[in-house]
Amino acid sequence: MSLKMFHVVFVLCSLALTIGLSVWGFGNYQVSGRPVDLFYGIGSVISSVALVIYGWVFLKKLKHISFL
Amino acid sequence: MEIPYTVKPRPDTGLYNAKVGIWLFLASEVILFGALFSAYILLRVGALDGVWPNIKNAWPHGLLNIPIGTFNTAVLITSSVTVVFAWAALKMNNFARFRICMVITIVCALGFLCIKSFEYNEKFTHYELRLKSGKAYTGHIEVNGKHPGFWDFGSIYNLARLETDKVEKVKFTADPPKAKPGEKHDESTPKHEVMEVATSDIAHLDAFIPRNHTFFAIYFLITALHGFHVLGGALVLAWFTFPGSKMWLTEPERFINRIEVGGLFWHFVDLVWIFLFPILYLL
Repeated sequence: MSLKMFHVVFVLCSLALTIGLSVWGFGNYQVSGRPVDLFYGIGSVISSVALVIYGWVFLKKLKHISFL
Repeated sequence: MEIPYTVKPRPDTGLYNAKVGIWLFLASEVILFGALFSAYILLRVGALDGVWPNIKNAWPHGLLNIPIGTFNTAVLITSSVTVVFAWAALKMNNFARFRICMVITIVCALGFLCIKSFEYNEKFTHYELRLKSGKAYTGHIEVNGKHPGFWDFGSIYNLARLETDKVEKVKFTADPPKAKPGEKHDESTPKHEVMEVATSDIAHLDAFIPRNHTFFAIYFLITALHGFHVLGGALVLAWFTFPGSKMWLTEPERFINRIEVGGLFWHFVDLVWIFLFPILYLL
């Protein structure tokens, strides 16, 4: 597996983390009602979207490099 | 004698030798960290229910600073992006961009370690106090007008040390009471209760250090091991960026492969943190 492929795996894991963080943030907000938890949820959703866009651009830019 | 398959792929594996080597090494690292992750999770699920320190063997939930942990996670993700950019820059024959990206990666690594040391400081100066009356608190102590510090390891106190030093009483600033998991936090509760405690009334006193609780033992073990990996990776990447970069002039293909191997290790170290962060900080 090349660095390119491992980076894709890494971005997918980071995406899973940010999605998990957003669920955690919104879940906590429902219980606690604290604005900081809402901020966490929204921030994580924005990070998830940013990671998806980044991953797509990364694959497009490095399409000439092998996955092996 | 020339080392074989440093650039061209070996016919039987289809990869150059260093890549096979790093993946074998990373496999052994997966075993190491996998064992520690398993240990952590088994200790976590085996802990008693309830709020620590009120219940002695409950899990100390919510002691780690989540915003700092989140920021450190973002720092490491950024460093993985820049290390892959550095490798791609070399593939595009752009050495100047490679060096800039590598320097950013190293700065991120050092930033991560610096922030982690502040987190450690917070733990080493934070105390659990258990009174003979049965009451238990967490907070900060002041002994003879001084706050025990992180870098002065001799100043970490426990009950035996207080008795040896013949300290009659300590000033203790207790943390605000914690809400139980799933309960709304009562903002009207007093913030920090300051009390003077006689040494004779103390049943247990210790900082948030490995000897105090299983959680701290495994937290410091895993994060310190990860920290050493970050430090080691940063040193290797710094070598490739500065003195080791002479190879770019003589053997560019081999140099690119070195950066790829370094980048693979760096991604692994960052991936470990991606799993560590939610397990340690959030669960």
